[in-house]
Amino acid sequence: MKNFFYVLAFVAISLWFLGPLFFIFLASLTPSSDFYQWDRIFPTRLTFDHIYKLLVNLGGWRAMLSSIQVAGIAIGISFALGIPAGYAITRYRFRGKDFIKLVMLFTRSIPLVVIAVSLVTLYLRLNLADTVLGVGLAHAAMVLPFVVLITSSIFSGVFVEYEEAGMVFGLSRFGAFLRITMPLALPGLAASAIFAFIMSWNEVFAASVLAITNRTLPAHILNTAMASPDYFKFAAGTIMAVPALVFIFIIRKYLISMWGISLK
Amino acid sequence: MRRESLTPFLLILPALVYLVVFIGYPIVGTFQLSFTSDEGWLGNFKYVFSSKDFQNALLNTLILGAVIIPIQFALAILLALLVNKKWSGYRTLLYIIATPLALSDVTAALISYSIFAPNGYLNKILLSLNWIERPLYFFGYMFKSREFLVIVLTEVWRATPLVFVILLAGLQSINAEYLEAADVFGFSSWKKFFKITLPLLKPSIVSALLIRTLFAFQIFGVVWLLAGRDIPVLAGETYYWYVLRNNRQVASTYALVIAVVTFIVGWFYIGTIRSRHLEEGVRQ
Repeated sequence: MKNFFYVLAFVAISLWFLGPLFFIFLASLTPSSDFYQWDRIFPTRLTFDHIYKLLVNLGGWRAMLSSIQVAGIAIGISFALGIPAGYAITRYRFRGKDFIKLVMLFTRSIPLVVIAVSLVTLYLRLNLADTVLGVGLAHAAMVLPFVVLITSSIFSGVFVEYEEAGMVFGLSRFGAFLRITMPLALPGLAASAIFAFIMSWNEVFAASVLAITNRTLPAHILNTAMASPDYFKFAAGTIMAVPALVFIFIIRKYLISMWGISLK
Repeated sequence: MRRESLTPFLLILPALVYLVVFIGYPIVGTFQLSFTSDEGWLGNFKYVFSSKDFQNALLNTLILGAVIIPIQFALAILLALLVNKKWSGYRTLLYIIATPLALSDVTAALISYSIFAPNGYLNKILLSLNWIERPLYFFGYMFKSREFLVIVLTEVWRATPLVFVILLAGLQSINAEYLEAADVFGFSSWKKFFKITLPLLKPSIVSALLIRTLFAFQIFGVVWLLAGRDIPVLAGETYYWYVLRNNRQVASTYALVIAVVTFIVGWFYIGTIRSRHLEEGVRQ
């Protein structure tokens, strides 16, 4: 009886969370003629026409490349600045450390909605308005507090004794960090980078405000979807969902701790 | 831990400077823009606060939050308790529940459109079961309350896992010995839940609640795609005034309202984290 209840709950919950994904995939692969027939749930054949059209004719491919560039810039900057800061928070004792942590927690809770419009003013002066770089810089600011907190937690999982042992054998502190701590922290750092990628890939507000011609995929979709035929929307949903799902599947083991840190 | 003077500050400085330039400075800019107008420094506020759109946007944002958040918490607690039972297959279920965490609000909106569109799967299924004779319409100015329903369902689907993850982490950190002790004293499961689990879960509930409140005030993509301005919300109006009306000052005024709420909620949030910090320090 108890087992039956668990099986039932498992099936119901799985259907609730995965069913909608199945529908968007199905819809994006259904030929229009089949989709517009009321009584036809499963199509007679599957087609990649809509996805192809979205990517090639409707600017999806270009937007996707912008998205990838933006995420790359955001990850590059946030990790270059965040790793040293995270390392310092874990390995050093200094005054104001709690304050720094609180600053990170606080800035992480500030949404890009609040700063995007005023950021345009700054970008106009810096010639960054409507550029991929500009969006990337804003996303880096969004991701950076998360990277600082998460790298600090990853580094605290690497025993300081290893580093000290390395230094006994003649490595400099930086050498010990590079040769000992970094390789040990690498899996966690890679997972955080993927997580940061998803954050940037999904961000839509700043991406649509800061750029008009160089919009990322979600911004492009947001601004064209309403005037587009249904098949465009379904193809767009699938294209947005698939990379994020693949990535989240790769880092599934880290997911809970990552969200724990990113939300706390 | 090493005691050193300058190195940690030099390591942290670049990150701090970056945050000051790209978050601190623009926030100041938001204040500046919203207090700049042709009709005195409060001109934007007078205009915005007296406009019907703002009142609707604020009201809708609040109502959406007030409807969505309790549903999410009720579902998330149930799911977390179920997964925390550690039966075979709980890990798979955990990953399945976590799936929507990967998806953006835009994606979630498109997914629910595929279900609720006039030709969507809900209509197809209901029609082929002969439960309805004509398709149900969920979108359009005529069907605002249905649009509202779809938005609530979409947000519940997409963001319940977020609350779930926080609550599950909280549940897992509860010492099993307390519950074992309760068993010894013959507590019923209800009593165990209300007298032990729930009070110990309170910090997680509070932080999940604050985070959800923060997100509730940023709600944008889902509403914009599914209802456009039929159901105006604060972030949507910010977007509308900047992108479609090209008015940075009014847009900033809306953004400032969101910012003020964020600061207040964020302040409480930091407060709870800080007090937990101290408690942990005492325990050690």
